[in-house]
Amino acid sequence: MNPADRYYTKEHEWIKIEEPGIGIIGITDHAQCELGDVVYVELPDNGTTITSMEKMGEIESVKAVSDLFSPVTAEVLEQNEEILTSPEKVNEDPFGSGWLVKVKLTNESELENLMTSDAYTSLTS
Amino acid sequence: MQQGGNRNTSKLLMERSISTRVGAIVPDSDVPIQPSPKDDLLRTNLELPEVSEPEVVQYFTGLSHKNFSIDTHFYPLGSCTMKYNPKINDEIAFLPGFADIHPLQDETISQGALNLMHELQSYLQEITGMDCVGLSTLAGAHGEFAGMLMIRAFHQNNKDLNRTKVAIPDSAHGTNPASAAMSGFDVISIPSDDEGNIDIDFLKTIAGPDLAGAMITLPSTLGIFDTNIAEVCSIVHEAGGLVYGDGANMNALLGRAKLGHLGFDVIHLNLHKTFSTPHGGGGPGAGPVCAKSILYDFLPAPVVKQVSAGFELITPKSSIGRISGFQGNFAVLVRAYTYIKTLGAAGIKSISGNAVLNANYIMESLKDIYDIPYKRTCMHEVVFSASSKKDQDVNGLAIAKRLLDYGFHAPTMYFPLIVEEALMVEPTESETLETLDAFIDAMKAINEEISKQPELVREAPHTTPVSKLDEAKAAREPQLKWEPSP
Amino acid sequence: MDNAVPFQSHYIPNTLEEQHFMLNKLNAPDIDSLFSDIPEKYRNPSLNLPSPLSEMQIMQELGSLAAQNRTLSSGPSFLGAGSYHHFIPAAIKPLITRGEFLTAYTPYQPEVSQGTLQVIYEFQTLISNLYGMEVANAGMYDGATSLAEGVLMACRVTKRDHASISSTVSPAYIQVIETYCQAQGITISTFNPDNPEISEESACAVVQYPNFYGGIERLQDISDIAHDAGALLVMSADPLALGMFKSPGDYGADIATGEGQPLGIPPSFGGPYLGLFTCKKQYIRQMPSRLVGKTSDKEGKDGYVLTLQTREQHIRRERATSNICTNEALYALASTIYLALLGKTGIQKISNLCYQKAHYAASEIAMLPGFQVQNQNEFFKEFVISCPIKPEAINKKLIAQNILGGLDISHLQQNSMLLCVTEMNTKNDIDALVMALKDL
Repeated sequence: MNPADRYYTKEHEWIKIEEPGIGIIGITDHAQCELGDVVYVELPDNGTTITSMEKMGEIESVKAVSDLFSPVTAEVLEQNEEILTSPEKVNEDPFGSGWLVKVKLTNESELENLMTSDAYTSLTS
Repeated sequence: MQQGGNRNTSKLLMERSISTRVGAIVPDSDVPIQPSPKDDLLRTNLELPEVSEPEVVQYFTGLSHKNFSIDTHFYPLGSCTMKYNPKINDEIAFLPGFADIHPLQDETISQGALNLMHELQSYLQEITGMDCVGLSTLAGAHGEFAGMLMIRAFHQNNKDLNRTKVAIPDSAHGTNPASAAMSGFDVISIPSDDEGNIDIDFLKTIAGPDLAGAMITLPSTLGIFDTNIAEVCSIVHEAGGLVYGDGANMNALLGRAKLGHLGFDVIHLNLHKTFSTPHGGGGPGAGPVCAKSILYDFLPAPVVKQVSAGFELITPKSSIGRISGFQGNFAVLVRAYTYIKTLGAAGIKSISGNAVLNANYIMESLKDIYDIPYKRTCMHEVVFSASSKKDQDVNGLAIAKRLLDYGFHAPTMYFPLIVEEALMVEPTESETLETLDAFIDAMKAINEEISKQPELVREAPHTTPVSKLDEAKAAREPQLKWEPSP
Repeated sequence: MDNAVPFQSHYIPNTLEEQHFMLNKLNAPDIDSLFSDIPEKYRNPSLNLPSPLSEMQIMQELGSLAAQNRTLSSGPSFLGAGSYHHFIPAAIKPLITRGEFLTAYTPYQPEVSQGTLQVIYEFQTLISNLYGMEVANAGMYDGATSLAEGVLMACRVTKRDHASISSTVSPAYIQVIETYCQAQGITISTFNPDNPEISEESACAVVQYPNFYGGIERLQDISDIAHDAGALLVMSADPLALGMFKSPGDYGADIATGEGQPLGIPPSFGGPYLGLFTCKKQYIRQMPSRLVGKTSDKEGKDGYVLTLQTREQHIRRERATSNICTNEALYALASTIYLALLGKTGIQKISNLCYQKAHYAASEIAMLPGFQVQNQNEFFKEFVISCPIKPEAINKKLIAQNILGGLDISHLQQNSMLLCVTEMNTKNDIDALVMALKDL
């Protein structure tokens, strides 16, 4: 269920490398299930630098707020504007159209600190 | 029950508005016409409804029918102390000599009001074992804010400037960490031990020169009297910190123990819980601050003092300052004062006795079908866990909603946060044995339904004016006022 | 009282017999045994309170305390300064004391709280409309704390930590802002509203409308200067002035607050009152206190719920926008009923009556030798007079004739008094005041 083409954090974010040095970040299906109906997402602004395993934003359901952690250190290239207006996309398609930000990685070797889909699956099962 | 025509509440005021209808007659001016202000100061657009008085009275009466309230339903809402609100209290608060007096009128023509406030200060002092009281804080959270600012001011006054941390149990109300943060402190969460008490070993590890104090609710939100409380207070004191007490659960302790004796330095009371003033659908409340003498100088302004000529409002020497527009929610203070006068010492003590007895009776009656996370005598409230009902795919929320169909308000749900699927029940002292038994029967009947017809519980409520509401939609596309359709 | 017969309160139904039945079920010998978790040395302390009184005795005793206070309706009254003597329609009290409203809890269970929730939605609608603002919340404690929370919110929105406050804002309100800001590293300075200077470090320019002295300032200039500096315009406005004068929204206010007491709430020696709080929609996630939103139920029926709750303390805890929980919901109901009854034309008329009568009083007093009206700008229902003798002495003489004078503000302006005239003051009242001042 957790796609094998990406890396995972224990805080339930994923990053998928789309082209060398460029990735997109989202939250996992497990995370969206736990959160329930997502009603609001606060994302880092374009051009800002986010740091590996530090808070980069927030995600809210009706009665909970969770921090979003960045899997890697990177510069934000693009926000998924669709989820700012339709946050339910995060519930509907967390690994696809519900992605959060597109980033340019500062140090690709940080990916080695992240989990594979198998490791993440065993963490959450 | 449906109402037809204008008594039906579905249309909002702006939708009911018909030009030239009036709901109140305003007399014509009896003074010579004065020159008008300049046009550029004047308003040109004012959108308010135009409806007649009968429509207004019928509309709001109709809306009132869509509420549960103490006067209409049992409200076993944990941590909220939804007890009967005596009618005499309202009557007294509406006496013109209390309702129709100006907060800034000269003290010589306000002695009755000031005398009442002064006596209330002394009653609350006596009940809590504290040395001084300030009445100007307008709700529980407001009292917490004042109390935490007093702790900050105390340390600053001692040039003890590195005390930046406040320890708060993980079972605390959300207002505690929020008030500590507003008062400039960093919050450290203290875990609870297996018995539901504060984890003493953990507290010792954080009790150091940077600890400003601890914020503790007693009994805790688990409905438990922390048997180590005196030790907890002395650990904080030995580290140089002060202990704040959240008085939300004072209904359990009236006449049974005084927080001041146990080692608390400053607390707030919720007059709209313990002292029976009505909740009003979310206020007004009043959250007096009661403190030890070492904190007197820091009380929020003003406080009432007795002098040879009578009573006056004064500002303590190193007050944290004025925290509200005037001297407090006076009409709420009048109600609490009336309540204490009506009960006296014997009555005050029978509140806690009956409140605790009623909670234990419910616990004993339901403990075999709903789990009790901490198996010990409870205080004024009992926390059940509905986690074992998950096998039938029924959660605490569903049970609470199903209770509405039985004509009972829901218990407090998902709080305290440390109990899975928590259902927190606080019956208060003012309910009859018949009502308690009926509630127990409803909880048993719901338990039967969970095994036989779980969907009935899952989909509840079925009989309320509206069914389950789409809260996600409300949050995603906030619609916060009526607007004319485009 | 005979000590052998325990006191049975009429608020506590269960009899001794019933208590014994319940104790038996618990296998507990007596009620005292339920408190054994309290260490013995702290248990059952002495409790020194007066003996219980019956309702008849309470009525007599409290009636006589109440009679010691001079009521506003007992004679001409000209005291304002944040709490006002206004008309309260008779329909309000029976509606707000209906048990279904009065004794309900905060509407966390929407299915059984649609009454309160729809009332708050109406309140948010009418207050937004009155203030000409996009969004109003469910209310704050009072006007002073509402303005202080407005300052904190402006700091969050702009991520700045300085507030510039007009020197003409109520001194009590400024003190409350100072109390709220003292622990958050927010600094405060004052500016002259006639020559406003707002720095680019400022989160907000804070003004009162009309100001403490009753005057209406050049708010558009202050608004433009604040916005040029990247600061918000935070306002406290008298809701009844807005029946006549431009709305805070007309001046581009970002956050507009107010004291709701004039809207059908008795003065009650200072509370409970009602904090009004409105803002531009873009800032709602930084707003304090509850908000009610419209939604639908499973069958598609309209309904109301508390919404955007993640801002609040019960969810966000130490990172909440405010610690506020219990507010003044019952008085939000009172003010909603008030606005519904008075309606558009009633509010306009009340505003105009206050204006007419205050200006009549001012013009009459201005003709008395030794008295001057200090207000240079337009004013609404309050104005400042300078007096030939100490206002304290004047007020003593007035009260001897059962006239409640204005607020002595000699500590702010020499020999000055802040007078308030509302629709409740008849021409006879005003003439009596003028006569009394003349005869000093």
